[in-house]
Amino acid sequence: MPDPTRRTGLYDLHVEQGARMVPFAGWDMPVQFPMGVMAEHLHTRQRAGLFDVSHMGQVLVTPDDGQMATAAAALETLIPADVAGLAEGRQRYGLFTNEAGGILDDLMFANRGDHYLLVVNAACAEQDIAHLRTLAGVTVTPVTDRGLVALQGPQAESALARLVPGVADMRFMDSTALDWDGVALWISRSGYTGEDGFEISVPETRLADFARALLAQPEVAPIGLGARDSLRLEAGMPLYGHDMDAGVTPARAALGWSIPKVRRTGGARAGGFPGADVILAELGTAPVTRRGLRPEGRAPIREGVALFSDDGAPIGTVSSGGFGPSVGGPIAMARIPAEIPDGATIQAELRGKRVPLTVCALPFVTPSYKR
Amino acid sequence: MLKYTEDHEWLRAEGEEIVVGITKHASDQLGDVVFIELPEAGRAVEAGEEIVVIESVKAASDIVAPVAGTITAVNEALSDSPGDVNGDPMTAWFFRIKPADAGAMDGFMDEAAYKALVE
Repeated sequence: MPDPTRRTGLYDLHVEQGARMVPFAGWDMPVQFPMGVMAEHLHTRQRAGLFDVSHMGQVLVTPDDGQMATAAAALETLIPADVAGLAEGRQRYGLFTNEAGGILDDLMFANRGDHYLLVVNAACAEQDIAHLRTLAGVTVTPVTDRGLVALQGPQAESALARLVPGVADMRFMDSTALDWDGVALWISRSGYTGEDGFEISVPETRLADFARALLAQPEVAPIGLGARDSLRLEAGMPLYGHDMDAGVTPARAALGWSIPKVRRTGGARAGGFPGADVILAELGTAPVTRRGLRPEGRAPIREGVALFSDDGAPIGTVSSGGFGPSVGGPIAMARIPAEIPDGATIQAELRGKRVPLTVCALPFVTPSYKR
Repeated sequence: MLKYTEDHEWLRAEGEEIVVGITKHASDQLGDVVFIELPEAGRAVEAGEEIVVIESVKAASDIVAPVAGTITAVNEALSDSPGDVNGDPMTAWFFRIKPADAGAMDGFMDEAAYKALVE
């Protein structure tokens, strides 16, 4: 187990900015800044928000024979994604699965020419690294000397381009190394908010300097984990350990889209990952899937609240829920029977009362990626 | 006369009634308030009974009746604009209660004692 409260390289800066710090996945992280969750959320949607995501695991997977195909083939035995087909300088979303067809973690992986860079959830990092180390023919190297920040929002490009002009040429899910003040930044055009933006890996020795340089831009404000959660919820993005876990298949988590044709039944490299039989059979046929919910009224319906069909049968539990500042009302997600159509009304049991919710497609806000 | 509870409520005596709200400290801790469910006027409540649901962007919490008595009025405007609690919590009252016992305000903290509690 890691120390109970590890600090990122931006801890002192957070405190200086007036952050309220909370323990999260073994790290001491800012949950909000003096602006407050609501304003931080809206600032990110309108301008640009800076997030410390240094708690997330960065891992390099390098082929021992120097052939990227070797590393791709190894990773494809753990991840039902098209790793081999990922061009240099590009990034994709994927899942680690288990033999039962459940999800061990979700991740981003990028082809960086002579190795893959993986970014995994903080709480799963140790387990993921051990899992990766079972692979033959590759060397797995946790990145311990870099922090990670995300700059998200419609003005993220203009703010970052003042420091690193090359980012203006990147498109959604590009991944590249660019120089800033003599250090190599590993930058991808991606994020967890539904907004355009960047995730930037920075050498620990310059992490605070870089964050300060970003905060000096007029568009940029520091954003905490509270707004990170409401932003990703509005964007319909699942949170590991809440919206999916080791007992939930990709189809049930509504993440079947991350499994491309080439890995599906009939594809050139079909299966060959843990739980493939269960996972592939359930694509398009899962009895329950993750859906959006719009509660009527203003009361947030939060994680753990029991859900019932209109005739009173139990149909599931809210996996994520809260208030969506951009939506202007409560929003939630849950795995419920696939046969319930969008637009149907179901019920939540909230403080002993039944509250109606409308089932809807995800996301709640339309993403604005630069494709 | 303004008094304070350990649950971070402020109490203001007005005639036979007590007006109840939450302190700046409580509103800061809660963060942006997005939903408030008030009790019905006329309801008889026990001291410590959870009678208001207050939800911020972060979490749900309760506000308890500071004393036993009867709710005589609630601030319906808060249901429509719950964010007022973050604006000026000392004017954003939640409910008025007529205490069952005279002298119900006596046991609560004055401003100096409350300040000492939260600082």
